[in-house]
Amino acid sequence: MAGWRRWLLSAVLVPLVSVICGFAVGAIAIVAAGADPLMAYSALFAGAFTNHNALAETLVSTTPYVLLGLAVAIGFRAGLFNIGAEGQFYIGSLSGVFVAYSIRGLPGIVEVPLAMIAGMLGGALWASIAGALKARFGAHEVITTIMLNYVSFLVASYLVDTPGLMLARNVSTPRTPDIDAGAVLPNLIPGSRLHLGFVLALLAVPIVWFLIERTTIGFRLRAVGFNQNAARAAGMSVGRTIVLTMALSGALAGAAGIVQILGVNFHMTDTVAAGYGFDAIAVALLARSNPWGVLPAALLFGALHNGASFMQLETQVSADLISIVQASVIIFVAAPAIVGWLFRLRRAPTETVAITQREVDAPTT
Amino acid sequence: MDLDVSWRQVHALLGENGAGKSTLMNIVYGLLRPDSGEILFDGKPVDLHSPLDAIRLGIGMVHQHFMLIPPLTVAENIVLGHEVANRGVMDLTESSHKVEQLSERFGLQVDPRERIAELSVGLQQRVEILKALYRGARLLILDEPTAVLTPQEIEGLFTIVRALVAEGKAVIFITHKLAEVSEVADVITVMRRGRVVGTTTPKESKSADLARMMVGRTVLLRVEKSPAKPGAQVLKVDNLVVLDDRRHVAVDNLSLDVRVGEIFGVAGVEGNGQNELIDALMGLRSIRAGKVQVDGREISNLSTHARLKGGLGLIPPDRHRMGVVLELSVADNLVLDDFDHPPFARWLVRQFNAIRDYAVKLIKTFDIRLQSPDQPVGSLSGGNQQKLVVARQLGTLPKLLIAGQPTRGVDVGSIEFIHRQIVSERDRGLAVLLVSSELDEVLSLSDRIGVLYRGRIVAVLDAEGADRDRIGLLMAGAS
Amino acid sequence: MSEFLQQLDPVSLLSITLITATPLTLAALGGMMCERSGVVNIALEGIMLTGAFIGYAVAFFTHNLWIGVAAAVLSGMIIASLHAVLSISLLVDQIVSGMVINIMAVGITGVFYRTYLESATSAGPGTLPHWNVPVLSSIPVIGPIFFENQFVTYAMLVLILVVHFVLFRTVWGLRTRACGEHPRAAETAGINVHFVRYVNVITSGALAGLGGAYFSLQQIGNFLPNMTGGRGYIALAAMIFGKWTPVGAFGASLLFSGSDQIGSRMQSVFHVQIPLQFLGMLPYLLTIVVLAGAMGRAIAPAAVGRPYKKE
Repeated sequence: MAGWRRWLLSAVLVPLVSVICGFAVGAIAIVAAGADPLMAYSALFAGAFTNHNALAETLVSTTPYVLLGLAVAIGFRAGLFNIGAEGQFYIGSLSGVFVAYSIRGLPGIVEVPLAMIAGMLGGALWASIAGALKARFGAHEVITTIMLNYVSFLVASYLVDTPGLMLARNVSTPRTPDIDAGAVLPNLIPGSRLHLGFVLALLAVPIVWFLIERTTIGFRLRAVGFNQNAARAAGMSVGRTIVLTMALSGALAGAAGIVQILGVNFHMTDTVAAGYGFDAIAVALLARSNPWGVLPAALLFGALHNGASFMQLETQVSADLISIVQASVIIFVAAPAIVGWLFRLRRAPTETVAITQREVDAPTT
Repeated sequence: MDLDVSWRQVHALLGENGAGKSTLMNIVYGLLRPDSGEILFDGKPVDLHSPLDAIRLGIGMVHQHFMLIPPLTVAENIVLGHEVANRGVMDLTESSHKVEQLSERFGLQVDPRERIAELSVGLQQRVEILKALYRGARLLILDEPTAVLTPQEIEGLFTIVRALVAEGKAVIFITHKLAEVSEVADVITVMRRGRVVGTTTPKESKSADLARMMVGRTVLLRVEKSPAKPGAQVLKVDNLVVLDDRRHVAVDNLSLDVRVGEIFGVAGVEGNGQNELIDALMGLRSIRAGKVQVDGREISNLSTHARLKGGLGLIPPDRHRMGVVLELSVADNLVLDDFDHPPFARWLVRQFNAIRDYAVKLIKTFDIRLQSPDQPVGSLSGGNQQKLVVARQLGTLPKLLIAGQPTRGVDVGSIEFIHRQIVSERDRGLAVLLVSSELDEVLSLSDRIGVLYRGRIVAVLDAEGADRDRIGLLMAGAS
Repeated sequence: MSEFLQQLDPVSLLSITLITATPLTLAALGGMMCERSGVVNIALEGIMLTGAFIGYAVAFFTHNLWIGVAAAVLSGMIIASLHAVLSISLLVDQIVSGMVINIMAVGITGVFYRTYLESATSAGPGTLPHWNVPVLSSIPVIGPIFFENQFVTYAMLVLILVVHFVLFRTVWGLRTRACGEHPRAAETAGINVHFVRYVNVITSGALAGLGGAYFSLQQIGNFLPNMTGGRGYIALAAMIFGKWTPVGAFGASLLFSGSDQIGSRMQSVFHVQIPLQFLGMLPYLLTIVVLAGAMGRAIAPAAVGRPYKKE
């Protein structure tokens, strides 16, 4: 099969068909819940795109998905499952918001980068813990990152609820102080919530692409992801690469967290909206770990997220339903065989990155 | 393709790597399905869907890579699939008993209660044969059985094979080694590129004839080389001690030295510490005790990266595991050691033009057959992949090349090419440490030979005039 | 000292430790059978959650706790077979397959809980009854801990022994271990590797489903979204720490739940002032420590995690 045809098949057709199949499964669930799929989906679409300010709102929802999707995708390319994107998101939010409300009076051009750096550092450090555990002890990053997620929720809760730490004074619900006016990300479309963070997220995509495909760091990452033993025999430090990759991944996740605060929430509460991390995995899978693919995938998830509440309002179909759609989409993406079988396609050799599990051999000492 | 095997016969299936011998036998054993044609057993056509069918007919197979489960015992491995049990509950005493009976009958002594992980390779092979016999094999297929045996153990195997045949069984003996075939086979079928080229007997065809049938042209059976002119010492290993993955001593106070312009060959049966030695020299495994010096400098504390930069080169024994990254392109693999330095990268950004030029140069010099330097290495043939590994190392102009099994799984044409490359580099001053379990390769390439037994060099001799039998004895531990 | 002991109440401590170790042990047993045959099962969390939900929902509508328990087990088997199909036959990466199931479980249970059960006004089915084993429960110390429990805990204790026996003394156990260590060798011995793995994965679903029933039918008598709280992952750590043996998994689970209990008594008994959140972190941190310490030395079944392709 010609090269470009194969690319079309695996990079475009399979995700596309997977999405369609995912919606089909969702339709079945909607019927099971007693509603009309067409009505539900048109409400979903309206809520995501056509209602007043819907598109802007959808882009607002898309922003964190882009950054988180990139975070998980980088991990996948090195053979690492970063399930901890969620925890890194929160730790990044914590470190970033602290800077953003502590520094007062400086212009945005100074405060925003400072807060962003703080957020990215927080996420990077948190992720490096899991990276170091894997590199040094061979501890499987799936479980360690999930555990660190739970720990991060508790850390956030502790810091935000305790007076004298990050709890703001004179507030009705526990939360941090508001960020300084200088740290607020400027609005892009007046009357909507769309903020500069969206542009930052867009910029992150080519940067990450360049990093992976054109730099020595990316080469190291990919080599380790494909074959640790050969990388080691060629003189690469596998352990350092693992920690570095997790740090980069965590930095992106942390960026997602701080961008949400600087652009949307302007402070941090002690309630933790779970689910971002898993959605990030879905986005990365749908994008097949390709940075450019993260954009449309994130947009889909942003649209689902945004349109779901309107759908619930209009048709009584629970917003949780979209997670069924999401999970179905992932199944179909991760199992190209199903799609192929459904459409009697001949299995094209998958040349895109295989998401495989790697065990680091414990250091032989 | 056609193949005829009779009872009471040792039938050798001869061909070079990749000729299709194993594939054919895997079909006979039910592991693979044929696309067309038929198989007749005892005159009747059979349709084999799985090894169970083959076993039921009385076909047994001993694979090149043992199908044994290390944490389980000998008895458990042998009875697996045909367990001695009472309503699902295993009877371990009875299992051991049966194994002992079988063991006695065929003269293959093993302790049923020992775990496979504790057994030597030769003993493991015995367990494999017992496994087939336990299931009532009348036709026994042996896939490259001598790859892991000392010359003496090989003799032992031949005796067992002849005994089985005398009992009325038939044995199919897959190999690529001409010498063995003449010794043990009654009938020889030669395969090349998936077809039968001819069927003959040892009396009718000499080694040279067989070789020609295997490859289609006259084959260089011995490397032509001028005598070595060894210079100063490059590598000095002193009393090296290295542990294996299970923390047992694998390299046991080993000492050797290699000089400029010389090929030092380490002869030994696989499993005597070769891999651990190579790992330790390259910094992939830590050194328990002892010293390693290159050009007088102690390198035991240097990282792999530092050693590569310092002039070491490695052809790893297992190229798929350590030699290449199959998913990356040929060009990327060729610069795998050097990718983060100029000219291949400037300030973290990779310079693809420089990489490409370098790759094209190496591809030409080493005659690597491919369509484009950007194609993934996985799409190359085994021989070309190995040439790529050699190219990558020699391209960096090392001082010392450690070559582990450099021609394993490679077609004859590429073997010749790689051997010639190594010799010509030697003539230009490269020092080579050759570690190979193919005794013929060691004998024909080396200038000096060190025999490795149980982690130490038990003898060092000149290759010129070396006595093959004597080396064989040394490899087996005799003094 | 005696006042300290009274405050600590070791019998109650041990008893609660055993009880709270129930879901961990069951899930760990399931994960262990699965991994012994060569399949990683990250979906334990999702299966437990689904089991908890289905068990409760069925018990609610049928007003019968026992049918609920059976439904929990059955639902676990069904979800596990999805994991099996994805990872064994369709060659989906086993971790991805497991995570997908976890995501789906959260979503589906959330949706259906909110639609049908959240606003339910009728009384729930209650919790499983306590059964005291005659004679044995009067033994001091041991009696109250082991012999005054509810069904799921008793089932766990029995299953530990059963699984141990099956794994190490039966033909099925031998074949399972063979498939997990060297599937190709097992196949050449005539064993159907895919079949063995399928059955083991579905068994793990049954065990994890039962573990889920603990939450909604034994502990609380209700369903709360996400009530499993990461225990499915902790169970995996328990399995690793226990070196893939049933008794080991049990011991490790006791360790984890014990640390939780001691943590919650920190203030009252040990008079140590530690913020609530840090106490809550204890089991998770312990899991991380265990993984860092145990991983390098624990040897998993050699072929675990890799899909087996018949050539």
